[in-house]
Amino acid sequence: MLTPRVIPVLLISKRSLVKTRKFGKFDYVGDPCNTAKIFNELEVDELIVLDIGASRYSSSINYDLLKDMASECFMPLAYGGGIKSIEDAERLFRLGVEKVSLNSSCIVNPDLIGGLARTFGSQAVIVSIDVMRRTNGSRFVRGSLSVNNGGLDPVAWATEVAERGAGEILLTCVEREGSWSGIDLELVSEVTSAVRIPVIAQGGVGSLDDVRRAIIEAKATSVGVGSFFVYQKEGCGILVHYPSQDELKELFVA
Amino acid sequence: MIVIVDYGVGNTGSLLNMFRRLGKMAKLSNSPEEISTASHLVLPGVGAYDHAVKRLDSYDGLREALHDAVVDRGHPILGVCLGMQLLVKSSAEGEGEGLGWIEGDAVRFDSAHGMRVPHMGWNTVNRTASSPLVDGLPDDSRFYFVHSYHVELVNRQDELLSTDYGVQFSSAICRDNIMGVQFHPEKSHRYGLALLRNFTELC
Repeated sequence: MLTPRVIPVLLISKRSLVKTRKFGKFDYVGDPCNTAKIFNELEVDELIVLDIGASRYSSSINYDLLKDMASECFMPLAYGGGIKSIEDAERLFRLGVEKVSLNSSCIVNPDLIGGLARTFGSQAVIVSIDVMRRTNGSRFVRGSLSVNNGGLDPVAWATEVAERGAGEILLTCVEREGSWSGIDLELVSEVTSAVRIPVIAQGGVGSLDDVRRAIIEAKATSVGVGSFFVYQKEGCGILVHYPSQDELKELFVA
Repeated sequence: MIVIVDYGVGNTGSLLNMFRRLGKMAKLSNSPEEISTASHLVLPGVGAYDHAVKRLDSYDGLREALHDAVVDRGHPILGVCLGMQLLVKSSAEGEGEGLGWIEGDAVRFDSAHGMRVPHMGWNTVNRTASSPLVDGLPDDSRFYFVHSYHVELVNRQDELLSTDYGVQFSSAICRDNIMGVQFHPEKSHRYGLALLRNFTELC
């Protein structure tokens, strides 16, 4: 039986592992390679690494660091941050990265999605969608600060990227990010019922029950987890951890 | 020397990492001489079928070298993911001609079974035949899959492992020295490591 994937999401900035709240202020958490190694030993389903500096400071992709991380990952590894071309992606795949995640670059240049999908296959292309809420409650897609996207609608954008060839969507509720307050099930349900491709729900996981609800209630294919797998508890010290396969199996038995 | 066929299709970096972890020498090559004389061959592959066939045919003498190594000399070859689908004759995904060493075709998952396509994620396997390739795998072995097509064999005795995804499909196949796995052993933790170790110990 295919089990839903539970995926640690690591944020890096300038060679350091960091953790953010609402993708804003961030804390130093540790060494990215060492953390990847620990997650490998814990036999995680997959690992997503996002370089928040690469697009924020328009710095280039840190290939050396990713090469070191990939050599520790005997599970699928996805990377996002600063990918602007097919050549960037090709270089990452040769290092041992399986999937690339696009965010701002495909808002600016949506043709990049189809270009990557035709060259490497849809399974290698994740589109990351960061969702925020206006004061009137309506939602919009946020690119990086330098990108004015005119307030794309999350469901419309998800549908478009799927049509353009994305193989998977990483859907983040920015307001919940780092909050431990649970996944925005309403947002996830809206997107999962609009597209046929797999959706990774992210932002707000504070317990295994939050993971379960995103899968069972909101029909997410997988769940991305940040703080909850990196910290011992909310507000406590760092302790990289991951549930056992038995715990995960139990979790998804309805 | 283990040679990973480098024809521009597939995550060769991950395979190299896994062989390095196993302490085995492996290299990437598309040179006919190196392929003909390799002790073990790995045929990787991801993406679209026709793109892979086109790339395979874009290197002069590559098909002949593979034939020489695998059919004439009997050296072990392991096709991974799309590389396994290239071991059979054809695929419903495209027009190109596969290697045709094992009788069968690749067909698309029927979404009528209510399953999302691609089949992406970790799944378990059932052993349907014994072989040194799958000996000693733990009972709870799980492997990482990502594919929309799967091989339908003409002869069921060529199947080593099967997996359930709405239908039972062949997740590992073998005829003599020719082997294929639909999953990614290089991305399947200690289970994939055990399988690749078995492969490197074949002679």
